[in-house]
Amino acid sequence: MSTADLAPALAREEAADPFSLGGEVFTSRLLLGTGGVPSLEVLERAVRASGTQLVTVALRRVEASSSGAMLEVLERCGVRLLPNTAGCRTAREAVLTARLAREAFGTPWVKLEVIGDEQTLLPDAVELLDAAEQLVADGFTVLAYTTDDPVLGRRLADVGCAAVMPLGSPIGSGLGIRNPHNIALLREAVTVPVVLDAGIGTASDAALAMELGCDAVLLASAVTRARDPERMALAMRQAVEGGRLARGAGRIPRRWHAEASTPMQGLPEL
Amino acid sequence: MTIPLTVNGAPAALAAGSTVAALVAQRSGGHDRVAVALNGDVVPRSSWPTTELSPGDVLEVLAPTAGG
Repeated sequence: MSTADLAPALAREEAADPFSLGGEVFTSRLLLGTGGVPSLEVLERAVRASGTQLVTVALRRVEASSSGAMLEVLERCGVRLLPNTAGCRTAREAVLTARLAREAFGTPWVKLEVIGDEQTLLPDAVELLDAAEQLVADGFTVLAYTTDDPVLGRRLADVGCAAVMPLGSPIGSGLGIRNPHNIALLREAVTVPVVLDAGIGTASDAALAMELGCDAVLLASAVTRARDPERMALAMRQAVEGGRLARGAGRIPRRWHAEASTPMQGLPEL
Repeated sequence: MTIPLTVNGAPAALAAGSTVAALVAQRSGGHDRVAVALNGDVVPRSSWPTTELSPGDVLEVLAPTAGG
């Protein structure tokens, strides 16, 4: 096999087990956030290099919002928009923000974020579950940003979230996946897609997320704040693809001691 | 005659009888994907022309921006 075989191998993998989210099938398992992007030119290059099909956006007061040109860029790239509820601290705020986003963007999809702590931006579990339940009842396709707690993940799936999106570490921290065991447990705990969201610092973090069984990876700062966002977007794309193939290929078990790869049989006595 | 309002956290005044549509026209700054909250509830786009503002109304006029 050469690297030219990579694309067909991925295509076979996706055909056998497609990434279905909210009733839609995506061939890219990398979701990209637009926060922190230095310019629209960089945004467009990064989006194209990443191969993403789903991009997060936000709502802010008109005087503080970016120009309509950002949406033109995203439309030109052919990506689907995923509005978020970033900055919301209560279920009431998050539900209202999601409804406003549905009006503004014309989509019932929402990345639900309800933040409980200023310093760590960790999710508020109680408000999050409450908001998720209300939004699902209101017909939203809810992708819930959550902690890496498998029990909370299961509760979010139980109330009808279309995806559970655990953090690897705090938003924008670049600390990677601090508790890989919890991510793997969460993956086992729910049948809806699990999207590793937040904390990714570099390509190996994204690959690890996929190796742990995540269905996709959502990241923003790791690309938008990288020295070269376009190059990092490409690295993330390949990391997600590599991690996905590795997961499917089945890694060897970890061993305490060595296991020789060269056979001992026929070893000469010298 | 004008009515006192709070728009995006700051005091504002609009002619009596003004609608949400008039406010959006004044504030949207070229954005076509705007959403409006009036006293904590969404005003659907279809209701903008018929929703008259009252003294003391609190409004948020929002538009898309980049975000995680």
